[in-house]
Amino acid sequence: MFDASALNIRNRKVEGLFRILFMLMTGLLILPVAIILAVLAWKGGSVVNMTFLFTNPTEGMTSGGIFPALIGTVWLVSVALLFSVPLGVAAAIYLSEYARDNWFTRIINLAIINLAGVPSIVHALFGVGAFVLFFRFGTSILAASLTLGIMTLPVVIVSTRESLQAVPMAFREACWNMGATKWQTIWKIVLPNSISGILTGIILEVSRTAGETAPVMFTGAAFFLPQLPQSIFDQTMAMSLHLFVIATQVPGVPENLPYGVAFVLIAMVLTMNSLSIAFRVYLRGRKKW
Amino acid sequence: MSETAGNDTLHAVETIGLNLWYGTFQALIDVNIRIRKGIITSLIGPSGCGKSTLLRSINRINERLGYVRVEGAIKVMDKNVYDPEVEPVQLRRQVGMVFQRPNPLPLTIRENILFGHKIHTPSSSKVSRSAEDDIVESALRQVLLWDQVKDKLKRKATGLSLEEQQKLCIARLLPVKPQVLLMDEPCSALDPKGTEAVEELIWELRGQYTILIVTHNMAQARRASDECAFMLMGELIEHETTEELFVTPGNGKTADYIEGRYG
Repeated sequence: MFDASALNIRNRKVEGLFRILFMLMTGLLILPVAIILAVLAWKGGSVVNMTFLFTNPTEGMTSGGIFPALIGTVWLVSVALLFSVPLGVAAAIYLSEYARDNWFTRIINLAIINLAGVPSIVHALFGVGAFVLFFRFGTSILAASLTLGIMTLPVVIVSTRESLQAVPMAFREACWNMGATKWQTIWKIVLPNSISGILTGIILEVSRTAGETAPVMFTGAAFFLPQLPQSIFDQTMAMSLHLFVIATQVPGVPENLPYGVAFVLIAMVLTMNSLSIAFRVYLRGRKKW
Repeated sequence: MSETAGNDTLHAVETIGLNLWYGTFQALIDVNIRIRKGIITSLIGPSGCGKSTLLRSINRINERLGYVRVEGAIKVMDKNVYDPEVEPVQLRRQVGMVFQRPNPLPLTIRENILFGHKIHTPSSSKVSRSAEDDIVESALRQVLLWDQVKDKLKRKATGLSLEEQQKLCIARLLPVKPQVLLMDEPCSALDPKGTEAVEELIWELRGQYTILIVTHNMAQARRASDECAFMLMGELIEHETTEELFVTPGNGKTADYIEGRYG
């Protein structure tokens, strides 16, 4: 009496078909990542060594290392974070903990969404107009980092706000009912319990910022500049722009050199990402509710 | 109303012509209630009748919602809590609240007990560790939890059983010496054994604090309160001693409710 009918068998076949279809689609996602990594490691891996990382480019960037670009990217990302993290976290705290749902808040939310959708080349041109020319920072680390900072701001705000809102409302109610002010509640309960999520978001931001090219090429990154920046008012080389330059703008670059640069860049990004994942797993393990 | 007007020092909480709106919806309609000091008063009524709203307006926590409008007066210890000079932080210190779901903070048991105390103590005045130990012990003893948790004060409070968590939530209110304890269905997330234990505890605290309990559980209201108030559609229908209200309800609607004809 429990035998499969013809309909059951047909349904089961269709079921299996779709399962395999969706699995294949998902598998396809891994393909580009795997190919990129494999090609980079295969073609660029041979040029990457300590000397490559820690020496200047030589002979019109057709040989030598990437040291100034590496340091430049660290500068650009750090200064961008100094700007976007305090501002973004503060805005997220306001929106999550203080703001009431009214037209003002809705306009801010709309602005954040729109800011996130602005193409990076438009950010770059804004950076030129605002920071390089209007504020007279010139083409400098400061101008480039501010441009990067503004670009990453919406993502910092959104990820921070999500982390804050993941903290159960009941904790806040408990605090308020004992007479705690909003700030006491945020400082003693909400932030300590959302810091892992906030930091994860920031680390992911770092990896994205490191790879951006357009926003820095007009605002502070130099074509070729062997000496290291001394202050935030200097220009600097950057990994992303350096890759673009030697891959397209300079004749006679050996084929495996751009691959080497790309390999280092992607290794930086992947290291950052793995760090953030490891960090999140570690902190989540300690959390109990 | 069973009580006679007059001697207000008898009452810890009194509302006078209290009307409350959430936006355009009127949740409380001309509520006049007097809660006597040192006894347990239960608030009963069907869902949405305004009993939780009444509870939450006594320590003004409703204001957090932002779209709440209030008319009339709520007096706690003879002081209208809506007077402009009233500091909500001080009000909430005097009027503690216990929730339906135990909500210990994600801190250790010890830190949970000291949380309110620390908030109300200026950070400049150093409280010695032994003084803090005394506060923790005394609060936990009052809620009959000390023996179970004295060896694990440094553990996360969220690891306790629900019953213990709820007792902890009551205990953490005590170090700041409140006058009134508001409890919003304090046992409804607990199993029967936990319910019994927490009810016992509430009875234990009777006399030291004025306790106001919202409950859906008729049997609980009947066995664990001195006075009982019945609310319906935002109005206070009847407020009597518990025995009188259950045995000889003065209002037909009260009789219908306690006999389970709606709710």
